[in-house]
Amino acid sequence: MSTIFEVLAEPTRRDILDLLRQRPHLVGELVEQLKLSQPLVSKHLRVLREAGLVEVRQDAQRRWYELRFEPLIELDTWLTAYRQLWEARFDRLDDYLQALQEEKKDDTDNQDE
Amino acid sequence: MTQITKTNKTNFIAEPGKQEVVMTRIFDAPRDLVFKVYTQPEHIPQWWGPKYLTTIVEKMDVKAGGLWRFVQRDPEENEFAFHGVYHGIESPERIISTFEFEGTPGHVVLETASFEALPDGRTNVIVSSVFQSVTDRDAMTGEGMERGATEGWERLAELLTTL
Repeated sequence: MSTIFEVLAEPTRRDILDLLRQRPHLVGELVEQLKLSQPLVSKHLRVLREAGLVEVRQDAQRRWYELRFEPLIELDTWLTAYRQLWEARFDRLDDYLQALQEEKKDDTDNQDE
Repeated sequence: MTQITKTNKTNFIAEPGKQEVVMTRIFDAPRDLVFKVYTQPEHIPQWWGPKYLTTIVEKMDVKAGGLWRFVQRDPEENEFAFHGVYHGIESPERIISTFEFEGTPGHVVLETASFEALPDGRTNVIVSSVFQSVTDRDAMTGEGMERGATEGWERLAELLTTL
């Protein structure tokens, strides 16, 4: 059994979750939107179901794939604070580095005059 | 829905059951500059803490065995202090140091910041935080989780973007 991180590390699986986040989808719809083969999409859906991230709702002849939030909420809860701290810190660092470089550029411009 | 406006995003990796958290971010600045703002005391107050707190560099002896201590002050004059020791400095590639919040003494984090010069002049910063135990990591990373625990679409969208 893969960890939820291994499951989410695959970009196609994140794309699938992103589509399911908007509304439940049929396999055919996912195949069309992702422009991938049906066996490949089915394979990813199986991994997502095993991780508890996706469930199937049977509606007559159709199988709707739906997102399950629980594992993601669990994951998110404890990540939130630390991630926000570092994101805020890196955002500030980014702004500061830009400001420093603009300053330097201005200085050089002035020297040229 | 939350709009991510920043061009560069922070990647955040924290596997369940592990003691480590890894953060990476690409900055549009050369490595020497990034290393400088990381290691020169006058730059720290500009980025290390959140904007609503004033960060004061009390001590910052950037060399192996050197101490650092930063104090953050809120508008009500409450203070939060952090300190640690620089274990190794390899200019401009790597800084290894310890981190401890004085509000939870004895809980020490080993931080390794690596600076990777990219061919296009940008810099990839990789910060690895190793906690003393999984419990420690989860307690520290889960701080303020009552505030953060929401079940909305936005949070999920954000989560999917940042992973």
